[in-house]
Amino acid sequence: MKYILAVLLTITSFISFSQSVKVIQVDELVALVNSDKEKIQVINFWATWCGPCIKELPFIEEVAESMKSQVDVQLITVDFVDDLTKVEKFVERKQLKSNVYLIDNVDYNSWIDKVDERWSGAIPATVVINPVSGDRRFVERELKEGELESIIEELL
Amino acid sequence: MKSKLLLLSALVLFFAGAPKAGYELGADVEDFTLKNVDGKEITLSEYGEKGAIVIFDCNTCPYSKAYLERIKELDAMYAPKGYPVVAVNSNDPNKSPDDSFDKMVEYADENEYEHAYVYDADQSVAKAFGATNTPHVFIVQKNGEKLVLKYIGAIDNNTRDAEAADKKYVQDAVDALLEGKSPETAKTKAIGCTIKWAS
Repeated sequence: MKYILAVLLTITSFISFSQSVKVIQVDELVALVNSDKEKIQVINFWATWCGPCIKELPFIEEVAESMKSQVDVQLITVDFVDDLTKVEKFVERKQLKSNVYLIDNVDYNSWIDKVDERWSGAIPATVVINPVSGDRRFVERELKEGELESIIEELL
Repeated sequence: MKSKLLLLSALVLFFAGAPKAGYELGADVEDFTLKNVDGKEITLSEYGEKGAIVIFDCNTCPYSKAYLERIKELDAMYAPKGYPVVAVNSNDPNKSPDDSFDKMVEYADENEYEHAYVYDADQSVAKAFGATNTPHVFIVQKNGEKLVLKYIGAIDNNTRDAEAADKKYVQDAVDALLEGKSPETAKTKAIGCTIKWAS
């Protein structure tokens, strides 16, 4: 019986739901950054090839789960659109539950300032916004465990 | 009051994370001497006849790889005109082992670098420039004894595909300098790998 349960658990963990990846353009990205939702918006820029980004992803996913009544998390990859399948496989393998987007625009200079003028262009980069108060925080480096929670607490 | 100020500045430093200060456009750039992959020391002010295209770069960043050929072409095009490329690797080899000096030598050899590829071992040059990611370009122009910063930013506006880039920021900027003008677009931004700072 125990054995069957273990097998069942293993199978369900393999087929459990993870996000698909939505390809977006700059106007959709701008809409995400300027969301009029009530929840705190966490917008994280990453890529499958970016080591520090991958290290901080579990911390972000943890917050998305533990604070989900107060926070929306959007993960935006800057991987090239040619690598969409690679990104989808990554999302599947890491079982990412947050919304995952791929920004399909490599003319970075045309949109980096629309996300945040403080952003130099390095990733990882994370914007945390309280759409109601308009307060926002910007972090252009790897988030440490617990750091995102404190930033969100400040904005709540 | 003093302690509050101290606390505040500590907080500011904490949230600032990686060093961000750096030269503004038009600033005098402090000269530097760093070891090149051929073992010789390169001094910025003595390297190019009219200036230099300083590019913070590395062995490991996919965006650096995407621009590798374009960086070689920039040197081939502008070294003879007095603006050679000086690629600078500032990544901490403890954080990014494939960016050690020995690996730089191998990488430059494999990829047949003609341009300088120097090692910023203590990251002081990246900090002075305010470089944040790779590849990150700073064009300096010689003005008598001085080195003046004339352009900060991206190489062009299409990382993925050189052919599709319709704004060649660095070429346009150097061309303008060669004609005695100021670059029309003197500051741009691009996505890149963050410089791996020593902790």
